[in-house]
Amino acid sequence: MKLTISGAIVAYAAVSGAALAQTELALWYHGAGNEEEAAVLNGAIEDFNNAQGDWTVVVESFPQIAYNDSVVAAALAGNLPDILDIDGPVMPNWAWSGYLQPLQVDETLVSNFLPSTVGRWDGEIYSVGLWDAAVAIMTRQSTLDKYGIRVPTLEEPWSLEEFNAALETIKASGDFDYPLDLGTAWTGEWYPYAFSPFLQSFGGDIVNRDDYQSADGVLNGDAAIAFGEWWQSLFANDYAPGTSQDPAVRDTGLIDGKYAMSWNGNWAATPVLDAFGDDTLFLPAPDFGNGSTIGAGSWQFGISATSAHPDGAAAFIEHLMQDKYTAAFSDTLGLVPATPTAAAQSKYYAEGAPMEVFYGLSEAQALVRPVTPGYVVAAKVFEKALSDIANGGDVIDTLDAAVDEIDADIAKNGGYGH
Amino acid sequence: MAAIDPSNRGLRLVTRYLVLGLVALVFIFPVVFMIVSSLKPDQQLLTDTGSLRAFLPVGDISLDNYFAAFERAPIGKFVFNSVLVTVITVSLSLFLCSLAAFSFTYLEWFGRAALLSVILATLIIPFETIAIPLLLLVSKLPWIGVEGVTYGWLDSYRVQIIPWIADALTVFLFVQYFKDLPRELIEAARVEGATWWQIYYRVVMPLSGPVIATGAILKTLKMYNEQYIWPLISVQSETYRPVMVGLQYFFQLQIAWGEVMAYLTMITVPVLAFYLVLQRAFIASIASTGVKG
Repeated sequence: MKLTISGAIVAYAAVSGAALAQTELALWYHGAGNEEEAAVLNGAIEDFNNAQGDWTVVVESFPQIAYNDSVVAAALAGNLPDILDIDGPVMPNWAWSGYLQPLQVDETLVSNFLPSTVGRWDGEIYSVGLWDAAVAIMTRQSTLDKYGIRVPTLEEPWSLEEFNAALETIKASGDFDYPLDLGTAWTGEWYPYAFSPFLQSFGGDIVNRDDYQSADGVLNGDAAIAFGEWWQSLFANDYAPGTSQDPAVRDTGLIDGKYAMSWNGNWAATPVLDAFGDDTLFLPAPDFGNGSTIGAGSWQFGISATSAHPDGAAAFIEHLMQDKYTAAFSDTLGLVPATPTAAAQSKYYAEGAPMEVFYGLSEAQALVRPVTPGYVVAAKVFEKALSDIANGGDVIDTLDAAVDEIDADIAKNGGYGH
Repeated sequence: MAAIDPSNRGLRLVTRYLVLGLVALVFIFPVVFMIVSSLKPDQQLLTDTGSLRAFLPVGDISLDNYFAAFERAPIGKFVFNSVLVTVITVSLSLFLCSLAAFSFTYLEWFGRAALLSVILATLIIPFETIAIPLLLLVSKLPWIGVEGVTYGWLDSYRVQIIPWIADALTVFLFVQYFKDLPRELIEAARVEGATWWQIYYRVVMPLSGPVIATGAILKTLKMYNEQYIWPLISVQSETYRPVMVGLQYFFQLQIAWGEVMAYLTMITVPVLAFYLVLQRAFIASIASTGVKG
């Protein structure tokens, strides 16, 4: 009996000693309220904590809408955790602002990751994502068949003329409230993420990527004006609901038959598949003259500048980068896995799986948003400009004003370190 | 002909109640919509919004949204946090602001009019302009607790309470109310040898029920319903989060509207109950001070 008790004490001491020896690493995550996502993350954290004796990761989840503001406030107050998750396009700003430190991971570990899932700034890796998001035109085969509209492919997407003709044909039928749902009810990052690829396909951009010092000529040049006029025509001709779109109808309008087509992300694909089954089509973005593009760059993991344990934080991020977690997140959230090997394991993106097409879209069409600290401001300016144009604002004046605002911000911040 | 006589009391009464009833309906519609919608599945909720069915508990009615809401977020903890922060803040605020108002109204001291003007001028400063300086300040302030002296108030209850105790509106309400109290009462108490403290808590405060109720309601609504930006930036852990930040848990990419309505219904109950208890005093105070909430 004594031996048993002594053994138990020794075992307890060993276990608690190991636990005490582990250094705590704080992780902030944007997924509060999403219990399925939390379950995957918590499982990966538990695996990491049990697999080694040096570190214990403790997660604190924030609501996504509030996450960035919370991080910026914490950075100002000197209260950042060790590990952060970061929205891809925001990463350069946080790195430039001194909130992040470079992530010490071997290049070979990210060699098979989709380029858009590796956050690079100033020649160094700052963040790595386990997934990407892709946008497609969601519709039904039967809808296109009914109106004699060709099904576009990655190799041969719709041209501007074909796309406009399809919208006009469907509008003229009177069968739908609108031929196209763009999701204008979603404000914020959705605008630059979803709509700047249209501008880029026209030949413009939010900012000149040669040196990131000005938006002049790319956001108000001929291509951008052509884009703006086309964008305005979508609403003027009632092809798409305007900025007052009801968010609830955005969620269900395609399935309810209010919209013939919906420009939406892969995270919204499963309800559509459930509703339409084999009749579902996920179509590539039209080619408006300068190639088809879609937005890229989703949530990624990085290390705060104030972390005293970047080695432990990097070890955890490397742990997360395993295919099994990438596939698990994908299966849970419906997002595009970051690696082809994880995609092969995933239930949605494996060969022949219902959302395999999104992986192809990400591979073929993805264009990350401008990789500059100034993107955070430029994105808001772009959103306002598109909203104003949708509501009837003069295209040239609006784009010129947007350029002035973006250029002034770049100048005010000394060129943002480019 | 009596039935159409405009001076007919019965007809006037019916007309008055009809108009008041219609106005009441307009104001109660959002609450009815919220409660009824919380009982419907998302699909039905969205379909019903285009018709009067949105206000009727018809169709597939259940408490599923409430169960789902409890699974998504620790609602009990959020409500507890908000109630705790609100009760402490409102109590301390009523005490300290009434003391300040008492001093401004009854005591003679140099610069009181100028200081009152400065305090009232802060009413026009939006919180957003002082949020970051305040954050930097509280992140470095000392605190004495069970762990001894620590620095930084972030991620705690105190950071949600202390900066909100004193506010110009509550001081203003008390000053306005105290000015209308008969001066003779104060002078009589002074003649009888009462101290200023005794006058405050034995004479003035017992007569201040309506303004206390008004201050309590306005402050409670502010602390419970409007506290979003400050806890968002000053509180990092779920342990201390209030209800308004908790609401964001329900705004995922695909919004579960039924759960949103269930959550709103649950967090509205404490405020509604509080208002119903104090509404008579609140209305009396509004009538006397001319302040609208």
